[in-house]
Amino acid sequence: MSFLTKSSPVQVDTSKPTNLSRRSLLQGAGSLVVSFSLAPLSGSVLAATSSTFNSVKSVALDEVEGFISVNANGTVSIFSGKVDLGTGIRTAISQIAAEELDVSLSQIDLIQGDTLLTPDQGPTFGSLSIQNGGMQIRQACATAREALKSVAAKEWGASPSDITTKNGACYLGDKSLSYVVLVGMQPLKMKSDAKVTLKAPANYAVVGKSVPRLDIPAKLTGEFTYIHDFKLPGMVHARVVRPSNLHASLISFDDSEVTKIAGFLQVVRDGNFLAVVASDEWAAITASKKLKVKWSEWEGLPQQKDLWTYVRNSKIAGVEDLQKVGNTQQVNLEGAQTVEATYDFAIHTHGSIGPSCAVAQWEDGRVTCWNASQQTHLLRKQLAQMLKLADDQVRCIYIDGAGCYGRNGHEDAAADAVLISKYVGKPVRVQWSRADEHGWDPKGPPSLYDYKGSIDKAGRVISWESDAFIAERPKQISVTLLAADLAELPREVAHPGNIQQSLAVQYKLPNIRATAHYVKDTPFRPSWIRTPGRMQNTFGNECFLDELAAKASIDPFEYRLSYLDDPRGVECIQRVMKMANWKSAPAHSQQVDKAKSDIVYGRGVSYIKYELVRTYIAVVADIELNKKTGVVRVKKFYVAHDCGQIINPDGLRNQIDGNVIQTVSRTLIEEVKFNRSMVTSLDWASYPILKFPGVPTVEIELIDRPNEKPWGAGEPSAAVVPSAIANAIYDASGVRLRSVPITPAKVLQALKAVKSAKA
Amino acid sequence: MTQSIKLKVNGREVSLPFNDPDMPLLYALRNELDLKGPRFGCGLGQCGSCTVHINGEAVRSCSYPVSSAKGMNVTTLEGLGTSVKPDVLQQAFIDEQAAQCGYCINGMVMQAKALLNKNKKPTEAQIKEALSNNLCRCGTHQRIVRAVQRASGQLV
Repeated sequence: MSFLTKSSPVQVDTSKPTNLSRRSLLQGAGSLVVSFSLAPLSGSVLAATSSTFNSVKSVALDEVEGFISVNANGTVSIFSGKVDLGTGIRTAISQIAAEELDVSLSQIDLIQGDTLLTPDQGPTFGSLSIQNGGMQIRQACATAREALKSVAAKEWGASPSDITTKNGACYLGDKSLSYVVLVGMQPLKMKSDAKVTLKAPANYAVVGKSVPRLDIPAKLTGEFTYIHDFKLPGMVHARVVRPSNLHASLISFDDSEVTKIAGFLQVVRDGNFLAVVASDEWAAITASKKLKVKWSEWEGLPQQKDLWTYVRNSKIAGVEDLQKVGNTQQVNLEGAQTVEATYDFAIHTHGSIGPSCAVAQWEDGRVTCWNASQQTHLLRKQLAQMLKLADDQVRCIYIDGAGCYGRNGHEDAAADAVLISKYVGKPVRVQWSRADEHGWDPKGPPSLYDYKGSIDKAGRVISWESDAFIAERPKQISVTLLAADLAELPREVAHPGNIQQSLAVQYKLPNIRATAHYVKDTPFRPSWIRTPGRMQNTFGNECFLDELAAKASIDPFEYRLSYLDDPRGVECIQRVMKMANWKSAPAHSQQVDKAKSDIVYGRGVSYIKYELVRTYIAVVADIELNKKTGVVRVKKFYVAHDCGQIINPDGLRNQIDGNVIQTVSRTLIEEVKFNRSMVTSLDWASYPILKFPGVPTVEIELIDRPNEKPWGAGEPSAAVVPSAIANAIYDASGVRLRSVPITPAKVLQALKAVKSAKA
Repeated sequence: MTQSIKLKVNGREVSLPFNDPDMPLLYALRNELDLKGPRFGCGLGQCGSCTVHINGEAVRSCSYPVSSAKGMNVTTLEGLGTSVKPDVLQQAFIDEQAAQCGYCINGMVMQAKALLNKNKKPTEAQIKEALSNNLCRCGTHQRIVRAVQRASGQLV
């Protein structure tokens, strides 16, 4: 039996010095990096094949060298802590750097998410890659450019203001000096200057242009390397054998069948963590299926049909008033109408098309982990905590994966790989199965809302109260590593993301109370999925405002505009109204009794100023509803989008398309299914997503403001989708759907309820 | 590896070794031939990421036993073209910037290629129908449809 006990991991000697010269990634310190040439796109992968741990460059956030190396071959390496999760920021950040440095785009080599090489710019989440990460890089590049000009000016006895820069060189009249030569004279050892003069947007040549994405050709031809393709010499394959339920204890296992499998190497067990290892991938898969395991029973999940009662009755970890305006307790309700409604939003899974994958290798008591984590620096901390190592004994290196849309299973696969590799003493690749990903990646937690609002005789809002029951937010922004949980190693409590954002009301209403009730227990490990909380909160807020507008018999856009004094928000709404050829009328006022057929049509609106402080989106959704079947089809989405300065318009459109289409899927179809023990929606048949025939047309108008700050776009346009669809259903049918997903069964039930109320 | 079969992959005669005749072809292509086009997505034939052509037909290589591929003519994404010399459909996807994370794109191209081989000018509805069992999570569907239209000379 090849069972390894907890006390027999690979013996490692931490006293030996790291093998510094095994493969020298960057020769010599300083900003002039010689004999290091990377073709665009292969950069991170080449960097990835080195598992050196010695600090070869600054990774300081406030130093130019943290972000920039001018290479001997004339290329410039940009070290980005933010990573491209398939959203195109590899290209956008390269554009920002090329623009500010005055080098061509082909000279930029972007290295992403390597804890040894890139500054910790925070996880790639929250629509902050350009807004924060890109702007740190812009500032460092501008500082470098001005410094290079000063060196050239000194050399030529001129003033820096007389020097021009172009194609990686400084110019004065007919004299020129390349950046490579200038950096050789004086390395870029300086702080990144927050007051540096940035290039004027009017002079932009690369930023603001629809530069084709750098990664797309290789993705079309099989030349692109995803983490799933990454291989190390001597690497073996592992599969984790998942418990039969969420909180099972491992009682025993029998490997008599699996030892017969050609290529099988061993079983690894650490507490309730169980894995099989083989020399080839299929043998590992076969072994994971044939291993006979006894797990203890556990049935602690609520019944799915009682989920909302469970949420409402859960222990509350804390209550927070997120917004208080006026006093909702002391309003004059004489002649007023009061509306009350409860909204809910189901548990969702990330649904990455490629299940999570990671490769880990131990060397001299230190471990390198390659995976597609959106948060290599945070992951390093978590792995170090789990393994009881210092942070600098762990190196995490990003290699692209399938889109994750938040914190999916990538980090858990990383923890699996480092743990198994520790026992096996070889580089280990862990590939999750589809059932692993659907069943065990952390979930977007359930959200429940109670609303109460009053309007006066003129239809004006008197008061607005919201009570949200949403997942607790521990202080640490991370999600518990599954392997650490199963093996009972040091770990943190799961965090769902900043899901309280956007519950506060974005309109100038006289009396508001928006309160979050933080629910202690959620059925599954909570984490963030694209637009966490903002989507659910906006679903409630924008639907409930629509209810008040309908009660007041006022056009939903006019109603919103009457409470907005933000010119950019107003313009955004006006632009979408024009685009959609909006005809002003109260919702469901034109469709009443008009449609005798089973198919009815409607238009719904929604608007957001993201988190009340940034990106503006206004949308119109066109839907059709089959009253006989309850099936809703979203035909078209009109989107007006203002995220300030646009770096790459086509990349932005691609992102908005994705946000809308993915969220139509989440709104109409998606819901994690479970029994008392476990997730039961373990494949694409039981957790379906939108397919081609159901995809709407997305029409986009970008409002470019080159002189404004660039704000995030990775999430905001998703936030407005569920509410616009639900509002369109009301417009079409006069029925409010207050529960996501809006399934045919719920639609039919709501139609029936309205019909019987009328009767 | 105890057994092997001979077949043609991307026009080249190759020998694929295996221990288990039921091992899906996908693992042989990826791990023995180091091909990165076909991708593991579900292992259930539900998502399409692993799609290859076998004798001209689009097939889910994640659920096609390697032993059944004996003597077959297999084409993967790599067999269509390279980034330097892409095939017309690959070029259309590049022109339309029809990818985000790109994980599903192998399947989209191989499935659409099989469609275009039979139907030179498919309608939008036919394209959507042909791709209806290929899943994309990033929401790149509109661009993918446009790329197929473009490749078939029906510029949008």
